[in-house]
Amino acid sequence: MQPPISCKSLVKKYGDKTAVAGIDLEVPAGICFGLLGPNGAGKTTTVEMLEGLHAPTSGTIELFGVRWGAGRDQEIRARMGVALQETQLGDKQTVREILRLFRSFYPSGRTVDDVIRAVNLMPEQNQRFHTLSGGQKQRVALATALVGDPELLFLDEPTTGLDPRARQSLWAVVEAFRAEGGTVVLTTHYMDEAANLCDDIAVMDLGRIIAQGSPAALIDSLGDVQFVEFEVGSAPPTFVPGVLAECRAVRKVEERRGRLRLTIDRELEALTSVLAELKGREVVPVGLSSHQATLDDVFLHLTGKELEGD
Amino acid sequence: MTDAAQKPASGARETSHPLLELVQARLREFYREPGILFWVFGFPLLMALGLGIAFRQKQPTLPEVAVVRTTESASARELERAVTSSPRLHARAVTAEQATRELARAKIDLVLEMTDDGVRYRFDPMQDRSPLARAVADDVVQTAAGRRSLLPVSDVTDARIGSRYIDFLIPGLIGLNLMGSSLWSIGYNLVVQRKRRLLRRYAVTPMQRGHLLLSYMVSRLLFLLLEVVVLVAFGIALFQTQVQGSYLNLLLVSILGGASFAGLSLLIGARLENAEVASGWMNLVQLPMWVVSGCFFSYERFPEWTHRFIELLPLTALVNALRAIYNEGAGLVALGPELLVLGIWGAIPFVIALRTFRWQ
Repeated sequence: MQPPISCKSLVKKYGDKTAVAGIDLEVPAGICFGLLGPNGAGKTTTVEMLEGLHAPTSGTIELFGVRWGAGRDQEIRARMGVALQETQLGDKQTVREILRLFRSFYPSGRTVDDVIRAVNLMPEQNQRFHTLSGGQKQRVALATALVGDPELLFLDEPTTGLDPRARQSLWAVVEAFRAEGGTVVLTTHYMDEAANLCDDIAVMDLGRIIAQGSPAALIDSLGDVQFVEFEVGSAPPTFVPGVLAECRAVRKVEERRGRLRLTIDRELEALTSVLAELKGREVVPVGLSSHQATLDDVFLHLTGKELEGD
Repeated sequence: MTDAAQKPASGARETSHPLLELVQARLREFYREPGILFWVFGFPLLMALGLGIAFRQKQPTLPEVAVVRTTESASARELERAVTSSPRLHARAVTAEQATRELARAKIDLVLEMTDDGVRYRFDPMQDRSPLARAVADDVVQTAAGRRSLLPVSDVTDARIGSRYIDFLIPGLIGLNLMGSSLWSIGYNLVVQRKRRLLRRYAVTPMQRGHLLLSYMVSRLLFLLLEVVVLVAFGIALFQTQVQGSYLNLLLVSILGGASFAGLSLLIGARLENAEVASGWMNLVQLPMWVVSGCFFSYERFPEWTHRFIELLPLTALVNALRAIYNEGAGLVALGPELLVLGIWGAIPFVIALRTFRWQ
């Protein structure tokens, strides 16, 4: 069986700007593949090329073993579904009318009732789109992607701006799709979303994939480290944070958004020595916390940028 | 995934042809938006009503004459009766002081004084209507005194249908309305849908891309029929206008006009992503033609050398063709040049738009 997505040496240039600088990807059937990266990393361009919206400057893309532009585009489109973030699907149309419209585009697919039930919008099915909440709109967008009964689902920032409950309910729909053997390509800002849903993650920066693997493998790649963070409440003017790097078991000291962030090896040993050092220098730490490495830390380590809030 | 395998037919039954679904979606966007309905139907009707009333045909007004008699002679009394009862004048007998006052205020056009010496006319030669009042009054006076015409003359009055301002206005408003609604309902909408990423969303489905544009054309055509019917019916019902030519020709020219502006509109909407920029372009297309194309007043008032350029504008061609059918009963063959202008304005932008259209 041909993999849902396979691309080689993918490059996209706009004038003399290179948005995507040579990407190789293979997404096997049945997995959830996450594409992460800060804004401008090239992930939107990459996904739009995969979806057949842009032709690559060079390189090849095959979906289900078929290239875009080979006269079988409609066949590929019939096998995929796309949910874009913040698509205004038609303010004056009801949920049911929107789904009827999208269903009519596909030669075969699920029933409108079936997808409305799948995304849990039965009570809202006759409401107009503009009266829906953000989470409900996102679920309609997901339903339009599911109504053609796709084998491959593209999700673009599916939960941006949603509250935790709305995110959970959206994730449940994606999980159900995967449980039936569907393949998912997901772009997201949220590391917890990627950790929850994805089997395989590619981290993009400056048009390239700079790391790839399962969430656990990516976290392991940082080595056996933990993190301590705190704010400096009060300190004598002579205090320089860099001195903390001299403490036992501390690998690295960084300053981020007014907080100090220490990368450490052995939690107890490091904390004891850091606190003693701070006390000796009459520095008062506020809001001190420590945590295991997460995808956020991986991302920060790889790109030097934070994902959320950009 | 397994769902489709189990009941493959159930999904196909409940939804109709994609073109039909797209047209329905377009129509819903219209009739569920009261604001759009007002601008498409209410506004032109209000404009027709307002202008129709403001410029409605009035009865020609008679010269206002004040008669002052300072003599008691029988012949003067006789003359006064003849003047005040003449259907060609609006004459009243007043005192000398009152006559002077009313003349000063331009309330009357002429003072007719009857003295022992005869008749004297007093008027302000700078008032447009006064020399005419004098001539008519003098004719009444002389005729009453026994003057006969030396040469036999006769009058033929000819109040033509279709020569009133409202007859001029209604075809103009139809043209104006077709321009406005065709421009805005297609191009502007495409820009908004592109901005909302709906076009991009459609582009990643197996939708036939031509169906989307076709759905715009079909829904435009349906609304165009309604607009024309409503305005024509309004003119007939309220102002007794008459369509001299054939209704079919009126409709065909309206459709060609609508299609012509639809082509321009599609061109404006082919690539833009910003609604404000799009409305700027729409206005740039619309406003000059509002002024020069002769919807409200004839472009004959502009200098002679501008006419041949004005006549190349699509709105001018449309309004001229509609007026010729409406008021002169012209057939399509006689309208060849106008139809050609409309065809060219529609076809060239349409082709360019299709080649440059952007889905995202």
